[in-house]
Amino acid sequence: MHLFFSLAAVLVLLILVFIGVDVVGWRYLFGVVIPIATIISFILGMLYRVIKWARSPVPFRIPTTCGQQKSLSWIKAGNLESPHNIWGVLGRMVLEVLFFRSLFRNTKVSLKEGPRLVYGSTKWLWLGGLVFHWSFLVIFVRHFKFFAEPVPAWVMALQNLDGFFQVGLPIIYLTDIAFLAALTFLLLRRLVDPKLRYISLAADYFPLFLIIGIAVTGILMRYFTKVDIVGIKEMAMGWLNLAPVVPAGIGTLFYMHLFLVCCLFIYFPFSKLLHMAGVFFSPTRNLANTNRVKRHVNPWDYSVKVHTYEEYEDEFRDVMKAAEMPLEKE
Amino acid sequence: MAEKPKKPQELVQSIEYKPPRKRWMDTPVEFHKGTFNYSAAVDKLKYLDLPYPRKWQPTEEDWQLPDNWQEIIHKGFKDRLDKYRSFRVFMDICVRCGACADKCHYFIGSGDPRNMPVLRAELLRSVYRNDFTTAGKILGGLAGGRKLTVKVLKEWFYYFYQCTECRRCSVFCPYGIDTAEITMMARELLNLVGLNIDWICTPAANCFRTGNHLGIQPHGFKDSIEFAVDELEELTGVRVNAPINKKGAEILFVAPSADYFASPHYYTLLGYLALFHEVGLDYTWSSYASEGGNFGLFHSYETMKRLNSKIYMEAKRLGVKWVLGGECGHMWRVIHQYMDTLNGPADFLEVPVSPITGTKFEHARSTRMVHIMEFTSDLIRHNKIKLDPGRNDHWRVTFHDSCNPARAMGLIEEPRYVINHVCNNFIEMPENTIKEQTFCCGSGSGLGTDENMEMRLRGGLPRANAVKFVHEKNDVNILLCICAIDKATLPPLLEYWVPDVEVGGIHEMVGNALVMTGENERLTDLRGTPYPEKEGGENV
Repeated sequence: MHLFFSLAAVLVLLILVFIGVDVVGWRYLFGVVIPIATIISFILGMLYRVIKWARSPVPFRIPTTCGQQKSLSWIKAGNLESPHNIWGVLGRMVLEVLFFRSLFRNTKVSLKEGPRLVYGSTKWLWLGGLVFHWSFLVIFVRHFKFFAEPVPAWVMALQNLDGFFQVGLPIIYLTDIAFLAALTFLLLRRLVDPKLRYISLAADYFPLFLIIGIAVTGILMRYFTKVDIVGIKEMAMGWLNLAPVVPAGIGTLFYMHLFLVCCLFIYFPFSKLLHMAGVFFSPTRNLANTNRVKRHVNPWDYSVKVHTYEEYEDEFRDVMKAAEMPLEKE
Repeated sequence: MAEKPKKPQELVQSIEYKPPRKRWMDTPVEFHKGTFNYSAAVDKLKYLDLPYPRKWQPTEEDWQLPDNWQEIIHKGFKDRLDKYRSFRVFMDICVRCGACADKCHYFIGSGDPRNMPVLRAELLRSVYRNDFTTAGKILGGLAGGRKLTVKVLKEWFYYFYQCTECRRCSVFCPYGIDTAEITMMARELLNLVGLNIDWICTPAANCFRTGNHLGIQPHGFKDSIEFAVDELEELTGVRVNAPINKKGAEILFVAPSADYFASPHYYTLLGYLALFHEVGLDYTWSSYASEGGNFGLFHSYETMKRLNSKIYMEAKRLGVKWVLGGECGHMWRVIHQYMDTLNGPADFLEVPVSPITGTKFEHARSTRMVHIMEFTSDLIRHNKIKLDPGRNDHWRVTFHDSCNPARAMGLIEEPRYVINHVCNNFIEMPENTIKEQTFCCGSGSGLGTDENMEMRLRGGLPRANAVKFVHEKNDVNILLCICAIDKATLPPLLEYWVPDVEVGGIHEMVGNALVMTGENERLTDLRGTPYPEKEGGENV
């Protein structure tokens, strides 16, 4: 149900564009109003979520320690896995955010005859996730060429690197292939692994289909049909300069691509895609294991009813006296 | 009464990692005998002033919830979202990648899909979406939301008391989502409407009153310690001093209460006593703070804080310089990650310095409490004790990292250093089952009851299976651990899965190996097991 709903939702979005652009002719709506609204809603939405997280305090310092603590001078401390200073925390976060350190640990359990439990290393999710996120980033950055004139040299350099093998005409970008492959993998594993299928929600399939839609429309435009790149760039510059234009001759395919991108960004702050920002807020990762070194203050701490020694002695004075234990009051 | 557990083969055959066809949200939870814990005793809840004490059991249809229970939970939920960033972030960012799915010992041992950490969290997340997010309010089930019903509440009770807060999943989660945090929140919510389990609330109430989970009164405590002193004298010929409630001692020593009341913990106690005597430590036990463990951690922030308060209060009353803590797992989560925040600052204490080696424990500069593994490894490093590891040659040992010292503290090398100096035969279990990837005993966080035995045996399967591996391959015959719950629950677990492997503490091994001034020739180890006849004179 979740799967088909998500697929249907993306198809409906595409049909909306077709009707809106080709039938009704609302090019200004799809080319200007929605993109600008998207930018605003994305920024506000992200601010809202991040501020909401930031307003919830961190009452306790609760890093998950995945390595040796810093204790005695002659025991080697694992600063990246159990950080004991800011550099350790930064290093741990960099490894986590850029290289998915925790996912790299992944194992797969199997129960064999015996019984014998075996934990095999499995790096596919790590690899698929890494390829997906990095190629998405490169593709995203490559699109900067539509937003700046002249195109910054570093964007061109990245683009040239991406098309390094100079295969095909237009030259095929490595990241396009990698992106599609990773997306296919991420979707297939959700469908093929029964555990994954069991836990998956529409909120898991929908963004996948949305991104697949974006990738496919983008690839169709670049490699299979001719689109008016000059017109598209004019439109993109128009959003930034707040002087919106809707050049004629931009095909429906582009509007579809653009609309799906808009949907993705509007959806972003209200979905699991928030993990992009959330990982920075995770108290088990972004805190140092300096618990006994520096006192952590809980801002909402309040006093509780305790059982004092005096109350304890009052209750047990007789037996304590009989047992010749020291007393505060005889 | 607990049902007779299935045979190991039967139990293994019932494990199926492939989930059923029926969606989990449509599958109501059933309370099978052997897989849940009984409700808390009314008088204990009253003693702790906990809300809605009443008689009820999980198997009953009517849980006699307060009329406005939904409102209470909704408000409690919101309150905790506003108080804990961890909770709010973890509700929002899970992508259901499934990396955590087969990391949970309960999932590995049961195959119950709701024991995958991701689904355990979804039990709360689904209600969170429905009640607190726009998408959930509009789209409901399509957005993965659902209303909080009695059915859902029962599911919470069942599955949040099938999580031992061991944090293994959080090691593998790409965002560090920690199911322990989520379980702690869920248990607090359940407590708000009077749903508690006895194995947590009775020890907590006992501890609040008598100073320890077992409810041992001061004279009983004194008896236990004195009994151990006598026994140690019989074994070694050395009469040690074990002061209790002594004002002006340099160090307050706090150990889990099982150490002086249960077996095999008791041999660890003998080890402590022998060691402290041998190095001439000026220390004291306390009958008021006679518990290092803290079942409040498994209940709520408040209960944890109430129980933990005794350690600092007692340290202050007795005028000690610093506090030393014994072998215990969750105790050290509380002391390492919570105590200073809950009941500090400990400005009336001094930065701990080992009176024997002069080592300043800078890493405990603020909390001023040191783990006995840190203390003892420092002694060994400075050659301050004479050890004869040959006295442990009848043991082929392996070491079980307790969840909390490993994953909430990073105490990994200290125990290994000590073992390597007191034992000649130390064999590690496979790497995916030790250190930060260690597996829970399956009975932590207050779930170690007889009525919950089937679930304990299931949850303990990964640990026991790793022991079995080194038992068969390397003839390991004892599993060492530094946790009171481990010492209590691993023996029945191993008895079931891998008979012929004993359980012991590291300080038991220290006690065996420790060459004491003026001791008699040791004819037995601390368990009273005779050493084999020595050929060619003594080897000491």
